[in-house]
Amino acid sequence: MVLGGFAAAWLLRRDHPTPLKVIPYECGEETVGRTWVQFHIGYYVVALVFVVFDVEAVFLVPWAVAFKELGVAGFIGMMIFIGILLLGLLWVWKKGALEWL
Amino acid sequence: MPSPETALSGEPESLLAVFGWYILASVLVIGFVTVSAMFLIWWERKVSAHMQSRLGPMRVGWHGWLQSIADALKLLQKENIIPARADRPVFWMAPVVVFIPAFLAYVCIPFGPRLIAEDLTIGLLYILAITSVAIVGIFMAGWASNNKYSSLGAMRTVAQMVSYEVPLLLSLLGVVILTQSLSMQTIVESQAGIWFIALQPLGFLIYITAATAEVNRTPFDIPEAESELVAGYHTEYSGMKFAFFFVAEYTNLFTIAAIATALFLGGWHGPLLPPVVWFLLKSYFIVFLLMWFRWTFPRVRIDQMIGLGWKVLIPLSFLNLILTSLVVLLLQGGSAGGVS
Repeated sequence: MVLGGFAAAWLLRRDHPTPLKVIPYECGEETVGRTWVQFHIGYYVVALVFVVFDVEAVFLVPWAVAFKELGVAGFIGMMIFIGILLLGLLWVWKKGALEWL
Repeated sequence: MPSPETALSGEPESLLAVFGWYILASVLVIGFVTVSAMFLIWWERKVSAHMQSRLGPMRVGWHGWLQSIADALKLLQKENIIPARADRPVFWMAPVVVFIPAFLAYVCIPFGPRLIAEDLTIGLLYILAITSVAIVGIFMAGWASNNKYSSLGAMRTVAQMVSYEVPLLLSLLGVVILTQSLSMQTIVESQAGIWFIALQPLGFLIYITAATAEVNRTPFDIPEAESELVAGYHTEYSGMKFAFFFVAEYTNLFTIAAIATALFLGGWHGPLLPPVVWFLLKSYFIVFLLMWFRWTFPRVRIDQMIGLGWKVLIPLSFLNLILTSLVVLLLQGGSAGGVS
């Protein structure tokens, strides 16, 4: 379907690329320097913390599905696990990694 | 022992039936999603207009209901502009990578008691996993455009979607604990008596907030904040490639609403009207709610966005999870004691 869309557009449209038309859009200004520059460190921190919590979510899903079979032992085990994670979150918070510089 | 003839004659038939069902289901899903996305685009314009005391599109058809079709025809004829310094293969692939997962999520959406393309046992996990793939496509789009606005928009999108993915999943886990299943049909069926919004009000609130951020809608539309970033990751896109991003966006909007309906609002349960109608009514109501948010709340700043996600929603969703599991455990213990 995507291919169909592209094909139909290819059949119907007319292209007239001119050098001016294909410059990167920047409100009429010419782009200064390279685009692929070093980016804000905050994005990197967020990505790192996300990886930790996403892996943890992967562990939580099967636990939630089998919750009633696991009973009290499963509950206590997971509470310890979540507790460690929350400690980690608190540490990250205290370190200021969640503040946007 | 069955003779080889019957085994042979039976097999192609069942295979054919299976393939036939898959083809029928995919045609139905693609048809529904396309029509729904076009309807939503028109509807959003109408809702926005009326909330601002305007009329919105009025010229094409009765109250402009053909506007989306006209727009699609226009986009089809648009010139194909690829920025000079763009990474061309990635630039072409990005809309496809965003668009296909948006459609694939519909495999597991329960429109009615038997109206589901494939009731996977891991349905909910599947939907969440497949919709996350779109993040990669968005980043590809921003990166390949080689435009500063696009790159910045893509970075913000990824940071935001990734931050709100965690509370989104955690808020849904409360429901999973209650039903002990990830199958969408089982979850809906177990709400015959009481909707889970009554048992999981906190979970529902977290879900709606995280979901609004996940589909990048206002208050959380900093990824494409038009007053500072022009359009975010799809600044450089036009024509059909832009159309795919646009349709994917509205498809995801409906997916989010459909998950909310299935998990919290009782899915297709409801009196008098047929189940499908109930499901669509509830889903479109959630969509309307999200459109309403758009004209009610101002856009948040990026530090507020990160702060809300990590410092409010995640602790709250953990609290919700712990409370839910504790209550379920106590009730279970109580009932087991009563039986024995």
